Amino acid sequence: MPNIVFILIRRIRVPLILLIFVYAISILGFVLIPGQDDEGNLWYMDFFHAFYFVSFMGTTIGFGEIPYAFTEAQRMWALFSIYTTVIAWLYGIGSLLSLLQEPAFRALMTESSFKRALKRINEPFYLICGYGDTGSLLVRALAEAGIRSVVIDHNQNRINSLELEDILFVVPGLCADASVPESLLKAGLKHKNCIAVIALTNADNCNLKVAITTKLIRSELLTIARAETHEVEANIDSFGTELVINPFDTFAGRLSLALQSPSMYLLFQWMTSVPHEPLQEPTFTPKGKWILCGFGRFGKAVYQRLIDADINVTVIEAMPKETQAPTGVIVGVGTEAKTLMEADVLHAAGIVAATDDDADNLSILMTAKQLNKDLFVVARQNLKENDEIFDVADADLIMKRGSIIANKIFAIVTTPLLSQFFDLASKKSDKWANELVSRICGVVSNNAPSRWMLEIKTGDAPAVSLAIANNLQVPLGVFLRDPRNREDRLSCIPLMLNRGRESILLPKEDEILQKGDQLLFCGKSGMESNMNWIARNHNVFNYVLTGREHSSSLLTKLFGQSN
Amino acid sequence: MNFEKVIFAFFIVLALTLNFGFFLGDIENPVHHNVYELFAAIVVSLIATVLKAGDKTHLGAVLLATSLVADLQLIVAAIIWAIAVHVTETGLTPGTMSAIISLSGGALLANITSVILLVSETLMVRR
Repeated sequence: MPNIVFILIRRIRVPLILLIFVYAISILGFVLIPGQDDEGNLWYMDFFHAFYFVSFMGTTIGFGEIPYAFTEAQRMWALFSIYTTVIAWLYGIGSLLSLLQEPAFRALMTESSFKRALKRINEPFYLICGYGDTGSLLVRALAEAGIRSVVIDHNQNRINSLELEDILFVVPGLCADASVPESLLKAGLKHKNCIAVIALTNADNCNLKVAITTKLIRSELLTIARAETHEVEANIDSFGTELVINPFDTFAGRLSLALQSPSMYLLFQWMTSVPHEPLQEPTFTPKGKWILCGFGRFGKAVYQRLIDADINVTVIEAMPKETQAPTGVIVGVGTEAKTLMEADVLHAAGIVAATDDDADNLSILMTAKQLNKDLFVVARQNLKENDEIFDVADADLIMKRGSIIANKIFAIVTTPLLSQFFDLASKKSDKWANELVSRICGVVSNNAPSRWMLEIKTGDAPAVSLAIANNLQVPLGVFLRDPRNREDRLSCIPLMLNRGRESILLPKEDEILQKGDQLLFCGKSGMESNMNWIARNHNVFNYVLTGREHSSSLLTKLFGQSN
Repeated sequence: MNFEKVIFAFFIVLALTLNFGFFLGDIENPVHHNVYELFAAIVVSLIATVLKAGDKTHLGAVLLATSLVADLQLIVAAIIWAIAVHVTETGLTPGTMSAIISLSGGALLANITSVILLVSETLMVRR
């Protein structure tokens, strides 16, 4: 801030000096020029009156000739002074305004306001590099979960849109190139409250640079980076980045999951939902031959997954040679009926519109539906701005690239145990997932389930820790009872218990808890606070554990003992 | 020779000399202290302040601070003068005059510091 004031003064130095000069000369003139008082005596204006007169004259307020009517000589000097002071003021104000509008100065001002906003953050925040579709979804989801973030993007328009966005918190945005370490430092990499850096820019190199910078400057920070190619993915992974996300692989993986084990797909979608997301309905994909339109990076990833799952795929691609499409490829975009007929759309079970053009994907979707009403249609949505048309389009499954990645990152940063849960769950069968999904269905209402963690340690769960330290047997089931009435159950399900290196999926209710256990729950939003109540309040905990209401006041303790 | 440096040094030294000229004389005697000289000292001091502003170095910051001190003291002296003559109409009693002159004496010290800093910086550049 002070920097800006100094720069401002330095830049309008000449007009300021001119203004002081003009005022000084005008005042001096009035003091020196002889005047007359009301009785016609010779009278000299003093500095006080001269300064008063010039002040209101220069600002064109004009109270008149004070304290006595002027002589002709004084009027002449007043005439001269009026024009010079007005010009000096106009020049000064004009230079000030033009300076304020100068792009360089405006950039300086926004930067300093960013610095101030950053300084004011006094709770943990995430530093997000790149504010595209994924970035904006992530920022919004984090804000709804009560987590602050700071954004850095090289595109001023995106930073502007961040300011206009209706987000719960003020999210400071810096327009700078994230690959330059200095801009990362400016954006708060060394800030004591910065807890994680998430690199989501379109350029792999930039994400790589962000990850390296973070790991070199503050290796303890959680770092998540997006990488489009496998080489960069391996590179970023090599220096200890906690999570590297390949958008095409993640996306294709999720799609193939949707095709092969719908329940598992649904479980993953629910577990990575953002707050207030409506509960997604289960979809069941038909078995049979599939058509894949588009063989770009995403198409290739999908193709590989489908082939691995022994699904018969026909590829449609406009440029088969450039994309190295497999043999048997049908040349075309897939938007025309002729191409689709060639791919035998009438006998196919489903079609994946996977080109990188949203209009093409929509066109494929509509044409295919016209030809074969029973076709299962999966459309890839590239840009968030096309939400409206994709929502009304008649697709069975829409894969939104931005939201899949944003949701995954959101789930993992808010509940780190989830990634372990996913690892274990993906080894289970679809039937297992199906049972879990129906159990979850039983406890949640219209919104997707929320997830939370509970760690049995003195800081997070003092009541439970004390009980365990006193050699009480605390079963997991206590956390599932309603603290208001222990006969009722909380709408939640224990997903995983983590004890040292051992992880138990879907632990039983009679599992005896130990100190240091980490629990992962999912359920209706709001249940988390009930559970924390049990974990923290000794009286509530004793009540749910034993069923006896126990007042801890001194008086009742005395009476209790005497009885 | 840098013309900008000449202007800069000119105003800083002029602020000191004018200030000194006003300060010189019997502390209670209004005849020894010219009101025009006070006016000139204020104007030159203001200009010197604007010239000093915007220098990011440590020395620049100290220079600016001394100048702001001088401005403050001189303007307060002028306000006391105006109040004594026009508001309370007690005129320039020895008490008022000594208050005005001691304030300008304070400004003089600030201006001396400023010139010392300027000279020492110049000497460092020469070496």
